[in-house]
Amino acid sequence: MEKRFVYADHSATTPISKPVLNAMLPYLTEGYGNPSSIYSKGREAKKALEAAREQTAAALGAKPSEIFFTSCGTESDNWAIKGAASAGARKGKKHLITTNFEHHAVLHTMQALEKDGFEVTYLPVDAEGLITAQQVQEAIRPDTALVSIMYANNEIGTVLPIAEIGAVCRDAGVLFHTDAVQAVGQFPIDVVRQKIDMLSLSGHKINAPKGVGALYIRNGVAIDTFMHGGAQERTKRAGTENLASIMGLAAAITIANFEIEERAERRRAMRDKLIDGILSTVPRCRLNGSREHRLPGSLNLSFEGIEGESLLLLLDMNGICASSGSACTSGSLDPSHVLLAIGLPHEIAHGSLRISLGDENTMEDVAYILEVLPGIVQRLRAMSPVWEKLMQEETK
Amino acid sequence: MLYSQKVLDHFSNPRNVGELADANGIGEVGNAVCGDIMKMYLKIENGIIQDVRFKTFGCGAAIATSSMATELIKGKSIDEALQLSNKAVVAALDGLPPAKIHCSVLAEQAVRAALSDYYRRQGVDPEPIVGKIEEDPHHCESCDTCSH
Repeated sequence: MEKRFVYADHSATTPISKPVLNAMLPYLTEGYGNPSSIYSKGREAKKALEAAREQTAAALGAKPSEIFFTSCGTESDNWAIKGAASAGARKGKKHLITTNFEHHAVLHTMQALEKDGFEVTYLPVDAEGLITAQQVQEAIRPDTALVSIMYANNEIGTVLPIAEIGAVCRDAGVLFHTDAVQAVGQFPIDVVRQKIDMLSLSGHKINAPKGVGALYIRNGVAIDTFMHGGAQERTKRAGTENLASIMGLAAAITIANFEIEERAERRRAMRDKLIDGILSTVPRCRLNGSREHRLPGSLNLSFEGIEGESLLLLLDMNGICASSGSACTSGSLDPSHVLLAIGLPHEIAHGSLRISLGDENTMEDVAYILEVLPGIVQRLRAMSPVWEKLMQEETK
Repeated sequence: MLYSQKVLDHFSNPRNVGELADANGIGEVGNAVCGDIMKMYLKIENGIIQDVRFKTFGCGAAIATSSMATELIKGKSIDEALQLSNKAVVAALDGLPPAKIHCSVLAEQAVRAALSDYYRRQGVDPEPIVGKIEEDPHHCESCDTCSH
């Protein structure tokens, strides 16, 4: 097969789609008004902003007054967690619950709060990369201010039982936040039915631009303000609105919800062909995380005897963009905390590969990855002293 | 992670990769737990490194520094090989990202470990000549399972 370019890292970021760009362009040109201004140009901008809020709310089953636009998923996570923590602390609630395989936007926020005197329970995920609602229930205490559990994991793609966890938290009267950055656009989400109090989402994972996100806060939930300043976002989140990007986000989330099941099914077929194809041709390779409870386009594999970065570099030289764990951790020497959390030994966690597919990928892309990847793994293993030892042990 | 063209060249076309059946000095350094292991094979005759091969488990920089280290010592005397520093490997590769400097230290130590093995096979105590080998010189500080 001829060399081709395959972007297979949609969990890292996605391209801005044409309809999203078209929704943004008027607000990068003539629609430059400040939504807080009183004259017609400002009022037009305000009207567009509120339409975007309605669209975003509709995509989640929320009310427009429950949607707050932010600068990114990380800001949404920080606001939800710190805002709920400080509001809880005033009522004597200084206990927080999360998992040990959250995105760093949640994990490092929790660690910062620990330094401020909060107590955090990190629920351990099992070998499949899952937790149960029962684990959450057992961890809840009278002084629990917040439960924050991710909807779907960014590295291994496992999907957690959010509706069950939501029900447990609602019954106990504890606030429930979910980082749904990887889940939005992958499954239909209904914050009412799933009993979610707060939900973080990000634009650039769903074909909107980088630098825009949102936090859903259920009406009646009071958390502290994170960004102080002007009266934007009903005084809850100050700062002049990033209108063009917000228009892009609203268009993207609406498009993402269109034929969501059919499109997920198509990605699922590509994902399963990749999993089966790789597991059947490459020896000593494993799928990380539950096969069943998994994002439709995401897979994470570990190859014994090789190291992930060299695998990524060789894939890149063959035109394939993929990732080793999370891109945020690629500057560090440590293996991913997620892979360690599901119990992988360090030396195997180092040799991991995440492939995340999007709507623009095709079965030809899948065939190309299946053609190129086994040879790359073989090439790296041929020069690996670790692989040499594994083979010596096998022949013993 | 920005690599120089030289690093990418040595990574994608590594020189002297493989094993040497008639090696008379073999050294291995690093730790799979921390993500890199280098194994160096030397064929030494009359004090000259006649041939050299390497095998490496590790990132792009680990493979490139191993490859460059073999090029820098091939055909050289033992004394010259003993002079090989990690800085020389980094310079020959037109630099390395700061987080990857430890790979060049590992390459230097792999050469010294192989030379130590050569002396040991000759019945000579290598330590006064080669010095102490740090088998795991980069100390992955933050990984909690290694106790280095």
